[in-house]
Amino acid sequence: MSAAKSNLETLPRGVRVVLFLGLIALLIFPFVGTEFYTQTVTRMMILAIFAMSLDLLQGVTGMVSLGHAAYFGLAGYVLAFVMPQSEAISLWWSLPLAVLASGLAALVIGFFVVRTHGIYFIMVTMAFAQMVFFLFFDNRALGGSDGIYVYFRPTMAVGSTTLLDLDNKVSLYYLTLALLLLVYVFLRRLLWSPFGRALAGIRVNEHRMRAMGFGTFAYKLSAFTLAGALAGLAGYLWGVVTGYINPELMGFHMSAHAIMMVILGGMGNFAGAIVGAFTFEYVLHLFKDLPYVGDVHLGKHWQLWMGSFIVLVVLFAPRGVLGLVQSLTGGRRKKADGDA
Amino acid sequence: MPEILLRATNLTKRFGGLAAVDNVSIDLRRNNIHAVIGPNGAGKSTLTNLLSGDLPATSGKVVIGAKDVTGWPPEKVSRQGLGRSYQKTNIFLPFSVWDNVFLAAQSRDPQQPWNPIRWLRPAARSVAAQRRCSQAIELAGLQDRRDAIAATISHGEQRQLEIAMTLATEPQVLLLDEPLAGMGTAEAEKMVALLLRIKKNHAILLVEHDMDAVFTLADELTVMVNGQVIASGAPESIRSDANVQAAYLGEEH
Repeated sequence: MSAAKSNLETLPRGVRVVLFLGLIALLIFPFVGTEFYTQTVTRMMILAIFAMSLDLLQGVTGMVSLGHAAYFGLAGYVLAFVMPQSEAISLWWSLPLAVLASGLAALVIGFFVVRTHGIYFIMVTMAFAQMVFFLFFDNRALGGSDGIYVYFRPTMAVGSTTLLDLDNKVSLYYLTLALLLLVYVFLRRLLWSPFGRALAGIRVNEHRMRAMGFGTFAYKLSAFTLAGALAGLAGYLWGVVTGYINPELMGFHMSAHAIMMVILGGMGNFAGAIVGAFTFEYVLHLFKDLPYVGDVHLGKHWQLWMGSFIVLVVLFAPRGVLGLVQSLTGGRRKKADGDA
Repeated sequence: MPEILLRATNLTKRFGGLAAVDNVSIDLRRNNIHAVIGPNGAGKSTLTNLLSGDLPATSGKVVIGAKDVTGWPPEKVSRQGLGRSYQKTNIFLPFSVWDNVFLAAQSRDPQQPWNPIRWLRPAARSVAAQRRCSQAIELAGLQDRRDAIAATISHGEQRQLEIAMTLATEPQVLLLDEPLAGMGTAEAEKMVALLLRIKKNHAILLVEHDMDAVFTLADELTVMVNGQVIASGAPESIRSDANVQAAYLGEEH
């Protein structure tokens, strides 16, 4: 079997220390950063959740989906549709509804796509996502190419007491951070569960998994559905934070960016997806801000620099930023026993 | 005669005009090793794939225990109590020996991939899977190599690992496709001893080219040539069979 390269499933101490420092930085950021950057980091955290959801397919199960943004955008649209123009609705039911809608879409589409392998899987996921994209893009009733506004931020209240005021940017920041941590801890536990071990087995050698009695179709479909639902969580938050949903959020570029984030950070351990999302977004801002050199606006050609950057990472740090951190913190690759 | 655990009747597999397996019937009995021999291209591996569900048969019938499993997918056949190993080593190379076998052992715990409760409990905590895993590793003689990464162990050990993974699913019927392929003499001797150990309580189909091993191990022998069975019976009677001698020595040359 090819593609048997091992993932960095157990995080070495050096990596864990760096991740912990990153968490501290995220916890204190709103106190030191401006409101603008607090919002920027909120968006990065949302994309990190999105990237983690894709990592469940791409890094853990070995299914590279080029249409994952469809489930991200769909939940955002659900929020936009249920949010009236007159008053704010509750997060308690609109969030589960949006997540459920994305999960359901992933279940239905997954039923067809997880039967395919390799390049065919990539093509079919992309084809379905493009169908969803154009369904919204070409329909005035669904917002069309302009997209639609989310007029209010949902409320988080118990009875008449407001738990968290989401119009406050800092509250929204911490809600997003809490959900990021929750999803991370959940997915790390899942990775070592019977379900997660079977998904890893499917990545390495699906044929043998079937010969040993695993009904791999049900495993892959469950993973696809769950990944879609978690992408929906991210998409919902995106709608809450930005107040605006458009078809580009379900588009091809969005899906491709997520793939790059996961590769950039290091696949198969979810921490890499988070690091990758932050790195990608940060580097993106750097490249977009590049100055004029003579008549050439370097920043306008950010895609060129981003492409070169990704190529360099893949060539020289195939295990991503996290793999780089590992070698910098002195981690020779230790024996990968199954410590949880 | 001991009870029949697997019975295949009139199995045929056609690839276009070629009948890779042509009207083959075979019985596997408990505590017995049934060896299948024949020149390359005789259809031995195809027969194994038909029995395990890896390939659908064109016609014919496969019964395991009392269940007709004809046309079942491999995972269902496996759960009916059939385990198989592969001619080309087919393991999880990046995983440790323990993790390879544990995954096999885990397949016999209830599988509910859609059940969120099973997304949160550590897999390693399943006591039943632990027991199956360590038993299989011990039986295969790999207890000293538990933590080694499968890609780094020797070829002979990888073949032992194949068997251990098969045993960890606690099968009744074992299909072993050339377990001695590519082994040195010392390794082959170890493997023969291992096969004798696991013969108890299992019904084993052994596809093998090593004739010394075959005549040491086999209780029954079937000879295939060009997809067809040309002889079947006790090893001693096969040894003197004129057809078999012709097939192996090549009378037309």
